[in-house]
Amino acid sequence: MSTPTATPSQRVDYLNASYGVKSWLLTTDHKRIAILYLIGITFFFAIGGLAAALIRLELLTPAGDVFQAEMYNRIFTTHGVMMVFFFMIPGIPGVLGNFLIPLMIGAKDVAFPRLNLLSWYLFAIGGLTALWAVVHGGVDTGWTFYTPYSTVYANGWVVVTAVGIFISGFSSILTGLNFLVTLHTMRAPGMTWMRLPLFCWGMYATGIIQILGTPVIAITLLLVAAERIFHLGVFDPAQGGDPVLFQHLFWFYSHPAVYIMILPAMAVISELVTAFSRKPIFGYKFIAASSVAIAVLSFLVWGHHMFVSGQSVYAGLVFSILSFMVAIPSAIKVFNWTATLYKGSVSYQTPLLYALGFIGLFTFGGLTGLMLATLGLDVHVHDTYFIVAHFHYIMVGGTIMAYLGGLHYWWPKISGKLYPEYWSRVSAWVIFIGFNLTFFPQFIVGYLGMPRRYHAYPEEFQVLNVMSTAGASILGIGYVIPLIYFVYSMRYGKDAADNPWGATGLEWQTPSPPPTENFPDTPVVTGRPYDYLTGREEEAVG
Amino acid sequence: MADAHAHAAAHAAPPELRHHFVDLPAQREASSLGMWLFLVTEVLFFGGMFTAYVVYRSTYRRAFEGASNLLDIKLGAINTGVLIMSSLTMAMAVWAASVGKKKLIILFLLATIGLGSVFLGIKYVEYKQKFDHHEVPGPHFVVPHDEKTHEPLPRQAEMFFSLYFCMTGLHALHMIIGVGLLTWLIVKARADAFSPRYYTPVDNVGLYWHFVDIVWIFLFPLLYLLGRHTL
Amino acid sequence: MPQLFPPEASSFAGHVDALYIFLILVTAFFSLLIGTLVVVFAIKFHRKSPDEVATEVHESGLLEIVWTVIPFGLVLVMFAWGASVYFRLSRPPANALDIYVTAKQWMWKLQHTDGHREMNELHVPVGVPVRLTMASEDVIHSFYVPAFRFKRDVVPGRFSTAWFEATKPGKYHLFCAEFCGTRHSNMIGWVYVMKPADYQAWLAGGVPGETLAAAGAKRFIEHQCNTCHGDQPGARGPSLNGLFGKQVQLANGRTVLADESYIRESIVNPQAVLTAGYQPIMPTFQGLISEEGLLQLVAYIKSLASAPPAGAAASAAPAPTPERKTIRP
Repeated sequence: MSTPTATPSQRVDYLNASYGVKSWLLTTDHKRIAILYLIGITFFFAIGGLAAALIRLELLTPAGDVFQAEMYNRIFTTHGVMMVFFFMIPGIPGVLGNFLIPLMIGAKDVAFPRLNLLSWYLFAIGGLTALWAVVHGGVDTGWTFYTPYSTVYANGWVVVTAVGIFISGFSSILTGLNFLVTLHTMRAPGMTWMRLPLFCWGMYATGIIQILGTPVIAITLLLVAAERIFHLGVFDPAQGGDPVLFQHLFWFYSHPAVYIMILPAMAVISELVTAFSRKPIFGYKFIAASSVAIAVLSFLVWGHHMFVSGQSVYAGLVFSILSFMVAIPSAIKVFNWTATLYKGSVSYQTPLLYALGFIGLFTFGGLTGLMLATLGLDVHVHDTYFIVAHFHYIMVGGTIMAYLGGLHYWWPKISGKLYPEYWSRVSAWVIFIGFNLTFFPQFIVGYLGMPRRYHAYPEEFQVLNVMSTAGASILGIGYVIPLIYFVYSMRYGKDAADNPWGATGLEWQTPSPPPTENFPDTPVVTGRPYDYLTGREEEAVG
Repeated sequence: MADAHAHAAAHAAPPELRHHFVDLPAQREASSLGMWLFLVTEVLFFGGMFTAYVVYRSTYRRAFEGASNLLDIKLGAINTGVLIMSSLTMAMAVWAASVGKKKLIILFLLATIGLGSVFLGIKYVEYKQKFDHHEVPGPHFVVPHDEKTHEPLPRQAEMFFSLYFCMTGLHALHMIIGVGLLTWLIVKARADAFSPRYYTPVDNVGLYWHFVDIVWIFLFPLLYLLGRHTL
Repeated sequence: MPQLFPPEASSFAGHVDALYIFLILVTAFFSLLIGTLVVVFAIKFHRKSPDEVATEVHESGLLEIVWTVIPFGLVLVMFAWGASVYFRLSRPPANALDIYVTAKQWMWKLQHTDGHREMNELHVPVGVPVRLTMASEDVIHSFYVPAFRFKRDVVPGRFSTAWFEATKPGKYHLFCAEFCGTRHSNMIGWVYVMKPADYQAWLAGGVPGETLAAAGAKRFIEHQCNTCHGDQPGARGPSLNGLFGKQVQLANGRTVLADESYIRESIVNPQAVLTAGYQPIMPTFQGLISEEGLLQLVAYIKSLASAPPAGAAASAAPAPTPERKTIRP
C-alpha cells in the first residue's frame, strides 16, 4: 500500500480543483461526470423506489383499496420506466464506468469528454421529461408500451414519456460509443487487451450492446409517438398494423438491454472477487470471452418474451435453445469467480459481502431464467409474479448488489474518504435479508397463478404478498442506510490512503481522490493483470 | 493542471490536439472510429423502420405495389441523381481539405449544400403533391385508386404511405441536419480551422453525408420501384 | 402454510409440474452448490493476517471445458423436455369441442357453437378436449387458467387458437394475463369443469341464443358475400361449401390449409391469400366487421364444411359442426 505524497488538505484533486456550479455543470472531467451521474441515478432510483413502496402497500390486501385501478397502473408503470431507463441502464456505466475506465487504462480522460458531458445532459433531460409526465398524471401502459393499448387506447402522457426515454437512449448510445473508442485507442503503453482489467472487458461488451440495440428502441418509440399523434396505423390492427411486430421491435432492444444492466455488474464482481481474495482471477481469458459472447448472444433471444403471443412453434424452439445458450457464458463466470476464492486470502470487507451475495443471488436468479427459457413451463408462468421475481433477482439481487459493492470498493478513490465499515456491513445484511423476503415469495405466488400488474388479487394469494411487502420495508431501510453514511463520510469520514485495499490496478496507483488529469505522466504497463502473487503490483513507470 | 500545460507546450503540441490524446494520429484514429460507430447506430436506427416496411410489404403486397406506383418516379430518380452528385462534391471537399485548398473546400461544401437543398426542395414538391391528393395518412386520407385499373386500392395502402412519410421524413431530417453541419464546416473553413494536418471534422461530416446518401439508395427502390416490372 | 402448486386440473398440468420439479431440483442443486462453495471457501480461506499471501492456483483449461460442457448438456436436456411439453400444448386433437372467445376491455365473452353464451365464465365437460378460438375487440388480452397451466395471448387483428383438456371437475380461476388497461385486474372469471351428466344438465337448462353459425349466415348476407360466393357456375368467388379444413391452392403457388386464420385473412386481407384461378377483386373488410362478426362468419363457413358443394341456398340452416354426439342439446 502506498501513502499519499501530500496531506489531503493540501493536495489538489479533481474535487477541489475548481469550485462553483458552473465548474460542475460544464465539466468535461470524466470523474466529475461520474459524480453527476451518481446524483442523477440516485434521484431517479428514489422515485422508482417510492413507486415500489406504493405498489407493495397496495398489495398488502387482496382488494384494491389503497389506490384506484388507474392510479395503481400509473404507479407500476412509473416504477418500471424510472428503474429501467433512468437507473439500471445508465447506472453502473454512468457512475463506475465513467470514473474508472480512463484510470484503469492509464488515460487522462475518455476519448470524447465533451460528448460525455452531453451524454449526462441527455440522461438528465430525458429523465426529467419522463418525470414531468409522471408528475402530470403519468402513463399506465407498463414500461413495455404494448400496442395497440399504448398507441390507441391509453390515456396519459405516452408521447412525453416515450420522448423522455428516446432522449435518454441517446445518452446510452453515446456512452457506449465513448467507452468503445476509449478502450480501443487510449490504453497506456503495455496495456494489451489481455492485460485489460475485467471491468473494462465487461464495459466493452456493454458498449457493443448499447450501440447496436438502443437505436432500435429509439425508432420503435418514435413510431409509437408518430402513431399516437398522427393516427398512423403501423401497430394498430384496425388499420392493418401488427401488434406483434411492435413486440418484436421492442424486445429486440429490451432483451439485450437487460445485459446492459448485468454485464457491468459482472464486471464489478470480477474486480471485487480478485481484490478481496488477493489472488489473480481464475480464468481471465474465459471471463473476458464470456462477456463478449453474452453481448453477441443477447441479440438472438428476444422471442423468449413472446412464447405465448402467437409466434410460431418453430420460432419458439429457436428462441428457447438460444436462450439456454446465452446462460452458459454466465455460468462460466460464476464458476471462475468461485474458483478465484479457492486458496485465496479472503477478507470479509463490505465489498466482498456484496460480491458473495451477488454470486448466490445471480446464480439462483439466472437458473430461474432457465426455467423461463423452458417452453413448456413458460406458458404457465409468463406474465405472472414468477417473472417479476426472476428479473428482480437478477436486477436487484444481482446488479444493485454489484453496484453497491463497487461503490463501496471504489468509494475511497472517488471521495478520498472511508465509509464506516460497521454500518456498511449491517446494511449489506439488511439488504440481503430484505431482498430475499421480498422476492422469494413472488416465485411461489407466481406459480400459483397470480398475474403481474394486478391491483387486486384473489384472497388465497394474500399471505405471500404480505411477506413480500414486509421484505420490501426491510429492503428499503437497507438502501437508506448507505445513502446516509456515504454522505456523512464525505464530511466526517477518515481520509483514505491511495490504495486502502492493497489491490492491483492502475486506478490504485493514483492518489485518493485522483488529480484531474489522472496521471501526470503516462504509465507503462508490464505485469500481468491481478498480479498479486509475484509480490509486484502493476508497475506504473514513467 | 499547470504542469500539464507546461508539459504540452514543451512538446509544442499542435493547437488541434486535445489534451487527453497522446498525439494527433491517436486523436484521428479515435475520431474516425467514433464516427464509424455512430454510423452503425444509424444503420440500426433506420433498420427498425426498414424491418417494419419489409414485413408489411410482404403482407400487403398488392396494396403496397399499387401505392408505390403512385409515387413520382421521375422526381425520385432525379433526387437519386442529385444525392449521388452531392456525395461526389462532398468527397471533393474532403480531398480539398486534405491538400489544404481552402477556397475549394468552401466551393465544394457550397455545392453539396446546394445539391442537398435541391433534394429537399423536390421532396417538398412531392410531399405537397401527396397532401393535395389526400394521400397523407390520418383523418383526411382517401384511399387512392390504382393508376392502371382505376379500382380503389386495398385500404392498407394507407400503411404504405405511413411508412413512406416516416422513412423519407426521417431521411429528410437527417439531410437537414447534414446541411446544418456543412454550414458549420464552411464557417470553420473560412476561419482557417482546417489544414492537411487536421481536417477530421470535414472527413467525419463526409462520412455522415455518404451514409445519408446510402440510406436514400435503399429507400428509392424499396419505395418507388415496387412492382414496376409488371408495368 | 400456503399451497405451492395450483390444482392440477388438465391433461398437461401434470406434465408441466413434473418439468417444474425437475427444474427446481436443477436450480436448487446448482444454487446450493455455488452458495455452499462460496461460503465454505470464504470461511476456509479467510485472511488470517494482514500480509498473508494467497496460494497460486494454476488455471486449468480442462476444468473450464468440464464446467462448460456439463451445463451445456444439462440445458439440452432441459430444452428438449420443455419442447416436448410445449408440443403437447400446441397441437389440438381433431375432435376437440370448439369454443369461441371474444375478449374485450374488460370482459370475456364465450360462445359455444350451439348458441350458449357465457360472460366471464366457461362451462366445459371433463375429459373432452376443448379448442378455444379467440379474438380481441380492442387490445391484447391473455386467457389464463392456472389450474390448466393454460395461457394464450389474444391479439387483435388475428385469431389465437389453443386447447386444453380438463381432467378434474371443479371451479378454477380465469385471469386476463396481459395488461389491457384500467380494469385489467377485474377481467377475471371462472372455468367450471363438470362431470358429463352435470354438463348435459347445464346445457339443457338456460336458453341458448342464436348459434354462432346462424349469426354468421346472417352476416354473410348482410355484407353481400353471397353475391360472389353464391355457388353458381362462373361465380366471381370460389365456393365455400366443403372448403373448411381442406387444402387450398393460392394464386402465388403456395398451398395452405383452410383453417380459421385462413378464413379470417381472406376477409380482411383477401389479396394476400388469393385463390388460384380467381381475379383479385374481393374488397377488404378490415375495420368493417367486428372481431365477433368475424368469428361468426368463420363459424358459419365451418358449418358449410359438410354441405353439398353446389346448389344450396346461402341461407339454408347450417349443418352442425362435427362434434361428439353426446353433447348435442
